[in-house]
Amino acid sequence: MTSKTTRMLSYRDAINEALQQEMERNPDITLMGEDIAGAAGRADQGFVDAWGGPFRTTQGLIQQFGEERVRDTPISEAAFIGTAIGAAAAGVRTVAELMYFDFIGVCFDQLLNNAAKMHYMYGGNVTLPFTLLTRIGAGVGSAAQHSETLYSLMAHIPGLKGVVPSDAYTAKGLLTAALRSNDPVIFFEHKLLYHEQCEVPEESYELPIGDARTMREGTDITLVGISKMTSVCLEAAELLAAEGINAEVVDLLSVFPIDYDHIIASIQKTHRMVVVDEDTPTCSVAADIAATVGEEAFDSLDAPIMRVQAPHTPVPYARDLELAYIPDAQRVVKTVREVFGS
Amino acid sequence: MEITHEALLKMFETMVTIRQFELRAFAEVGQRSLRGAIHLSVGQEAVPTGICAHLTDDDYLASTHRGHGHCIAKGVDVQGMMAEILQKSTGTNKGKGGSMHIADISKGMLGANGVVGSSVPLAVGAALAAKRRSTDQVAIAFFGDGAVNQGVVHESMNLAAIWKLPVIFACENNHYAESTPVEYATPIANIAERAKGYNMPGVVVDGMDAFAVYDAAGTAIGRARAGLGPTLLECKTYRYYGHAAFDNPKSYRSTEEEDEWKARDAIMKFRERVLEEGTLSQAEMDETEAKVTEQMDEAVRFSDESPAPGLSELLTDVYVDAPKGSLGRSSHLFT
Repeated sequence: MTSKTTRMLSYRDAINEALQQEMERNPDITLMGEDIAGAAGRADQGFVDAWGGPFRTTQGLIQQFGEERVRDTPISEAAFIGTAIGAAAAGVRTVAELMYFDFIGVCFDQLLNNAAKMHYMYGGNVTLPFTLLTRIGAGVGSAAQHSETLYSLMAHIPGLKGVVPSDAYTAKGLLTAALRSNDPVIFFEHKLLYHEQCEVPEESYELPIGDARTMREGTDITLVGISKMTSVCLEAAELLAAEGINAEVVDLLSVFPIDYDHIIASIQKTHRMVVVDEDTPTCSVAADIAATVGEEAFDSLDAPIMRVQAPHTPVPYARDLELAYIPDAQRVVKTVREVFGS
Repeated sequence: MEITHEALLKMFETMVTIRQFELRAFAEVGQRSLRGAIHLSVGQEAVPTGICAHLTDDDYLASTHRGHGHCIAKGVDVQGMMAEILQKSTGTNKGKGGSMHIADISKGMLGANGVVGSSVPLAVGAALAAKRRSTDQVAIAFFGDGAVNQGVVHESMNLAAIWKLPVIFACENNHYAESTPVEYATPIANIAERAKGYNMPGVVVDGMDAFAVYDAAGTAIGRARAGLGPTLLECKTYRYYGHAAFDNPKSYRSTEEEDEWKARDAIMKFRERVLEEGTLSQAEMDETEAKVTEQMDEAVRFSDESPAPGLSELLTDVYVDAPKGSLGRSSHLFT
């Protein structure tokens, strides 16, 4: 086995690298979305890859793989996502990008009634090597229609898988796994993580979809983080350590399937749990984790399960309101103190 | 267009099979008091027959809630279809889909779809797959007049046109979306006119005439295979029965109107024409009809002898790679 060379890489570049390496490995992979290259059809005028994607996650791909495989689309999410699903059903692996997850409304049917159900309702007849790239998260002043974190909507639907990488390492590994999966996978990128860097292997690797990971060992309470909230949990854990509370931090990484067993194993050690989720609270992934842990591990709990989530409101615009909306380490610390009855 | 004797007999057999299959399946479901929607396409047989006569198993088709005819014309096994509708594990979909979702990827049949308009981009995707593989495969998107006001259908036509994909938008205009007449829902006389907006050919064809459909489809499919892009083919036709079993179409249309269409019945007209032209004999057609009836008997017998799906099937085929831990978690199943 060759030694694994790692280097610091940003979340955005890790996504780009996973796409690039897998497209090189598998000549089938066809990518489509709005402005994923930019200046579509203008190569003859010298305009190529004008945007490289709205967040530059797909930059360079059209130059390496050409316009047959990297397809800018009109603003027709229902059509191009449905097209990507249909091509996958016909055996060509596809990746479609939904620019912001908030735009799900215009193409929801294709994901709900086709991508999620075709394998089951067709009795296993049809498989879908299909990945949807999309992005979530408040914090960039984009207000109510470009900021939401509604992965819980999709986690609710049988037949889909959904991953929520929290750093560059998990972004590359989970996207590589998605691009090799024969189930439809939604890859939720958090907009505030694009510039965050960590050590990432140069070569290709997969992280299993559905496995959570422990980021910090602890004995007193389990903090479960999802996407960007994992770093909030780690920050809170440091603050709690100063108060003598030794928190364990679990990074969920997948909103469907949810790694309940990993969470329950942690609770059997710590006997307490707070779930930190940027999504709105009603019928959320955090609510589901709380319910399942309550059902399966009640005897291991020494205190009520608590959640720190966004309020049940749209995402506001004004900076102070937006900051108040997003769960932060102070809210987590305060909630942990409540769990400990102080 | 010239049609070989063999192909002609096959077209007759396809139309007869569609009609017999649907009437038989409907009767068998009723006899067994099974629940489940069945949408009959009786009256519309010439459309899938004329189009699919140009296709091989390698070509693709995406279908609608009224899809039995599409499946049969594309070569899906009628035993599997009957068993599916009669809720057996030997059905095309293992009993998980029913009438509205029959699929058989080995025949290029990407599936019938219960959401109006929803399957249209899937056919566009199959056409994209063909383009990516540089084959001459084509994809047929079947949809009704009810789907032509769905946004996704328009978006799909636009996308297929700009990408010059080998797809045929086959609109079966049977003049009713449930109980809503097409002239109420659509402000133009011919749906095919909408092709202009996407710079593709729009062709109106008599959907009660298998020969006319065959000719128009041949041109459209030829264009698609040659890399010239999509065509919108509007086939004007009629469903003899209601939207579904509960629906009495007499509540929204006249007997006179029904009789006018039935006087142009596709199978009857086909039979008259081939006899007149001497291209098929009465004996050949009678023999074919008798053979199809036997196939239907056999399909029902096969279904009756087949087991119902095991309860464990509830949790299979949700994923190719099922997540660890049971999908029945928190469901307390089978207790």
